Amino acid sequence: MSAPAGEVAVRVRGLRKAFGDKVVLDGIDLEIRRGEFFALLGPSGTGKTTLLRVLAGLERPDSGTVLTSARRTTVYQEPRLVQSRRVLANVTLGLPRSARDAGRRALAEVGLAGHERAWPATLSGGEAQRAALARALVRDPQVLLLDEPFAALDALTRLQTQDLVAELCARHRPAVVLVTHDVDEALRLADRVVVLRDGAFASDQTIDLPRPRDRDDPAAVDLRRSLLSDLGVTPVPALTPRTEEY
Amino acid sequence: MTLEKVPPAPPDGTVAKDAAPEETGAADLRTPAWIGTRRRHPLTSLAVRASVPALLVAVWWYGSANGRISPDVLAGPGAVLGAFEELVGTGQLADYLLASGRRALLGVLAGAGLGLLLGIAAGLSALGEELIDPTLQMKRAVPFLALVPLFISWFGVGETFKIVLIAVATVAPMYAYTYLGVRGVDRKVVEAARGFGLRGARLAAQVVVPSALPSILMALRISLSVSLTGLIAAEQIGATEGIGYLVTLAQQYYRNDYMVLCIVIYALLGLAIDLAIRGVERLAMPWQRQVRAR
Repeated sequence: MSAPAGEVAVRVRGLRKAFGDKVVLDGIDLEIRRGEFFALLGPSGTGKTTLLRVLAGLERPDSGTVLTSARRTTVYQEPRLVQSRRVLANVTLGLPRSARDAGRRALAEVGLAGHERAWPATLSGGEAQRAALARALVRDPQVLLLDEPFAALDALTRLQTQDLVAELCARHRPAVVLVTHDVDEALRLADRVVVLRDGAFASDQTIDLPRPRDRDDPAAVDLRRSLLSDLGVTPVPALTPRTEEY
Repeated sequence: MTLEKVPPAPPDGTVAKDAAPEETGAADLRTPAWIGTRRRHPLTSLAVRASVPALLVAVWWYGSANGRISPDVLAGPGAVLGAFEELVGTGQLADYLLASGRRALLGVLAGAGLGLLLGIAAGLSALGEELIDPTLQMKRAVPFLALVPLFISWFGVGETFKIVLIAVATVAPMYAYTYLGVRGVDRKVVEAARGFGLRGARLAAQVVVPSALPSILMALRISLSVSLTGLIAAEQIGATEGIGYLVTLAQQYYRNDYMVLCIVIYALLGLAIDLAIRGVERLAMPWQRQVRAR
């Protein structure tokens, strides 16, 4: 994504959100432009998903300003397809009938051409997640929210789906917010990686490695190590005697 | 891709003015529309719950007080309260409730207990479903009131007849909802539990019934309501006490205040059943207390 970044699509100022006594987001400032792929890393329970849910309008901030572009869609960890509707009807959920052609195109883009009339329950995990991706794409989002969309996929499908998402985002250029706790995933996809800890950004790194990215690139190895240490994971020397790969 | 669409019509008050100027094309930023679910204050919820019944009582009261509702059509709250005090004073009401309560309890225990067992058996095993389901679907279509003459010829008009009638009336709803609930239990969890050596009664008690509990409690609600209908039918014949008998009395002597009192008692029993089951739900399903969409 070397093309210049577009207009601002997400702007957050002084966002604060607490559940009871627990402050999960404490004065977050954030700006994401169209075409920018933003990854939010953090251990479980740090408020990554809460931030995403605030952007999606599912959670209300206690204070602060949250502004996003109007066309905004979410892909969740699970496909969340409506079991009683066929794949195409799921993709065009909430859209007029005239959107069916766009729905077919979106399905073709994610490699599900020919599955329009299939029932969601007959799809494999990867296919269902691609259908969920098509459901987001068909809305031509200015902001695409991804809540650990690869977490439930098997390792091979995950790599393929990640490449698909990278390609689709490069083509359609939404502002992307990816919530994940997989450092490699963030390094593979994102232009900017932020580690969320104790309600604030513990680190904020711009990744300008060439694409497609090589996970063994020395720069990537350094970044991985630094992100892991920001996440509180330090290598145990006795267990990694031979290589630097982990 | 980005240029072919006209940006959605902006001004509906949510467009943030302060975010507009400095950046290019940032003018259409807006606060995300709230699509989450609100958490309601328990007191608000309680007030809303109480409002419709309270409104009905108020209309009844007002209509009776200014003569819009004739006492021949519907006795006023005062008259009904008088009838209530009369029955409480003679101790009849307590006796009636106790007698009916005992019949209903034994009937529901037997009927709903049987329905529960059959529902679990049919829900868990294909053989059980094949053996039980057709018969119970047929039985369900037979109105239990149609069995009254037959049961009287078998059991006479004594207590046995009354309890059996209520039991028979409550088997079918309990069975149907339990079956539904058991079918809805996560097959994968059942499979795993079987793998860990749980079979039969232990599997049902430890895994299946707890998961199906929401449906089972709904079934219990319905069974208890059905038992009230059963009481009216059962206590019409060969009874000298009971709330069903009270309905018969009201009808025989054409006492409108008693008729309305019976309705009020049934309504209050309905409320009591609902509250009791809600209480059981809270106590019996601690794992459901803090579930939210996440």
